[in-house]
Amino acid sequence: MAGILVYTLHNDEGKFNNNSLGALSEASKLAAELGTEASALVVGDVADDAAASLGAYGVKTVYRAKDVPEGLAQPIVDAMAKVMTDNEISYALFGGGLLGFEIGAGLTARLNAGVTMEVTAVKVQDGKLVAERPVLQDSAIVDVGYVSEPGIIIGRLNAFDLNETGGTATVEDVAVELSEFSSKAKMVTRGEQRGEDVNIEDADVLVGGGRGLGKAENFELAEQLAESMGGAVAATRAVVDAGWYPYAAQIGQTGKTVAPKVYLALGISGAIQHKVGMQNSEAIVAINKDQNAPIFEFCDLGVVGDLHKIVPKLTEAIKAKKAG
Amino acid sequence: MKICCLVKEVPDAAVQKRINPETKRLDRSGEKNLNPFDTHAIEAAMQLKEGGDVEVDEIVAVTMGPDSAVRALHKAVALGADRSLHLTDGALEGSDVAATGYALAKLLESESPDLVLLGQQSDDGECYTIGAVVADHLKMPSLTQVIKMDAAGGKLTLERQAEYGYDTVEVELPAVISVGDAINEPRYPSLKAIMGAKKKPLDTKSTADVGIEADRVGEGGSRTAVLEINPPPAKESGEIIEDEDTNETVEKIVAWLDERKLI
Ligand SMILES: Cc1cc2nc3c(=O)[nH]c(=O)nc-3n(C[C@H](O)[C@H](O)[C@H](O)COP(=O)(O)OP(=O)(O)OC[C@H]3O[C@@H](n4cnc5c(N)ncnc54)[C@H](O)[C@@H]3O)c2cc1C
Ligand SMILES: Nc1ncnc2c1ncn2[C@@H]1O[C@H](COP(=O)(O)O)[C@@H](O)[C@H]1O
Repeated sequence: MAGILVYTLHNDEGKFNNNSLGALSEASKLAAELGTEASALVVGDVADDAAASLGAYGVKTVYRAKDVPEGLAQPIVDAMAKVMTDNEISYALFGGGLLGFEIGAGLTARLNAGVTMEVTAVKVQDGKLVAERPVLQDSAIVDVGYVSEPGIIIGRLNAFDLNETGGTATVEDVAVELSEFSSKAKMVTRGEQRGEDVNIEDADVLVGGGRGLGKAENFELAEQLAESMGGAVAATRAVVDAGWYPYAAQIGQTGKTVAPKVYLALGISGAIQHKVGMQNSEAIVAINKDQNAPIFEFCDLGVVGDLHKIVPKLTEAIKAKKAG
Repeated sequence: MKICCLVKEVPDAAVQKRINPETKRLDRSGEKNLNPFDTHAIEAAMQLKEGGDVEVDEIVAVTMGPDSAVRALHKAVALGADRSLHLTDGALEGSDVAATGYALAKLLESESPDLVLLGQQSDDGECYTIGAVVADHLKMPSLTQVIKMDAAGGKLTLERQAEYGYDTVEVELPAVISVGDAINEPRYPSLKAIMGAKKKPLDTKSTADVGIEADRVGEGGSRTAVLEINPPPAKESGEIIEDEDTNETVEKIVAWLDERKLI
């Protein structure tokens, strides 16, 4: 057995996911160290040149399963399992996101394979891959090895850097017979944008609002603070799921990745899935009433207190400072 | 229809979690609780039962774990489950995700559920994957991180957030669904329900009872091995202010921001 296969996700417009492209780059690098090759799997209606263009990230072969729909995990498990078995591929690698977790998990069962998730780095040891995984709120990092092949590695969001080396890949079409149960889930609508379209990626100052704001109306506090500093407002999944704020403002694993000059987190616990989208901010300020909130482990300035008391005064003070 | 809810006993949120360097497994001593994410699965089952769109005959709480895990089952029953099922066997100790998912699938097979509900993640393991592993073994359709679920006519209409926004997905029953924590607000158990929980039927099963192949579970049956445990890279810790006098707190924040030319 040899080789690393990367599932390469794309959206309905045909744009490949950056985290998948990062995984391709990582797989190519690891494959070179292992003395083997990296390949990609794409599903659905992906054009020849689009598929071949993945060669720019170092993969030699792109397997294309045209009849397998994109967006739901189980048909893709069928495709991955077939390609891995037919070509005796040793590892599957997924970039961070959500589908990779579901596909990787299904593949674990299908191929009786080992799986590691939330992986932040992969290394080669004795001719095998070893995955580094932070556990217990990032308080320890475990090195996980695979006792048999294949091994499945599910990356954390933004764990693998994109690296374009140039080149094109050979596209190989594969016919996949779907399992009976794989067609029992049907996508009705995909990627619906809830709430208005807001731009948070270009702001130097971002005020993030979480469940600690208490209710939708209290986002006004975040908006006023952002306005006083000339910034924009972002949100956690918890408040987006609750309908308090638009999806376009969400930061994290299934939202956006940002790196502003300063990120002010109001009533945000700092869950890993949020952290991965904002940890590269130049400065992180957190206001949270729970001194044990995980965000205090990685912020630069932490304020333990009630945001409802602090934020209005902070906004006024900043306005006064600017005026003075 | 019969709903099985997977529940897990986890260290209490207040307990400082750590890994035992010798066994390389999570140190499970100290206070334990029902995985808070699983209370959303039980609540979702209760809402289906009470909603009237489908007929729910029973809700079964299902766990795999040591003897102490019965407490998680009691809590699940107090929250509304009708009975519970406990897979416990020394042979299961040290099972990784692949082994745990396989064992739970064999256990569930013995119940032939129409719907399996799980939490979005276990508070200790945080793997987010057990649902999809179980589903593939059971050959059932599946979806994770579901925040809205409607049942009618032998199928579920589900919503969840994925990489590009919200997806709406229709899934035929039987199915395996993990629910996100935004799906509902779990109820508090009544005192009567808590008192009565220990009297509800609880079945204990061993690996042999449900046909689990011994070489596919436990440390020996696991496909991964923890090789090393390391501390995370050292990071300068941030400055922490306790808000006692808010005017003073605000002054400090402004000064901090100003020093860094962020205002
Ligand atoms: C697969 C998956 C993908 C996910 N994707 C994302 C994602 O893209 N983005 C994301 O953000 N999350 C994501 N999550 C969810 C994530 O795990 C957390 O649940 C979420 O980030 C929590 O949001 P929160 O901090 O607003 O809420 P909570 O965790 O509930 O935190 C609220 C905080 O507010 C504090 N608070 C309460 N009242 C006050 C007050 N008056 N003053 C000050 N502080 C107060 C509390 O102490 C608490 O720490 C994902 C989860 C999974 C499993
Ligand atoms: N040992 C177990 N017994 C029963 N259910 C479990 C067990 N481990 C995980 N689960 C279920 O799987 C969900 C996801 O767990 P995980 O994949 O570990 O994050 C949990 O919320 C539980 O519903």
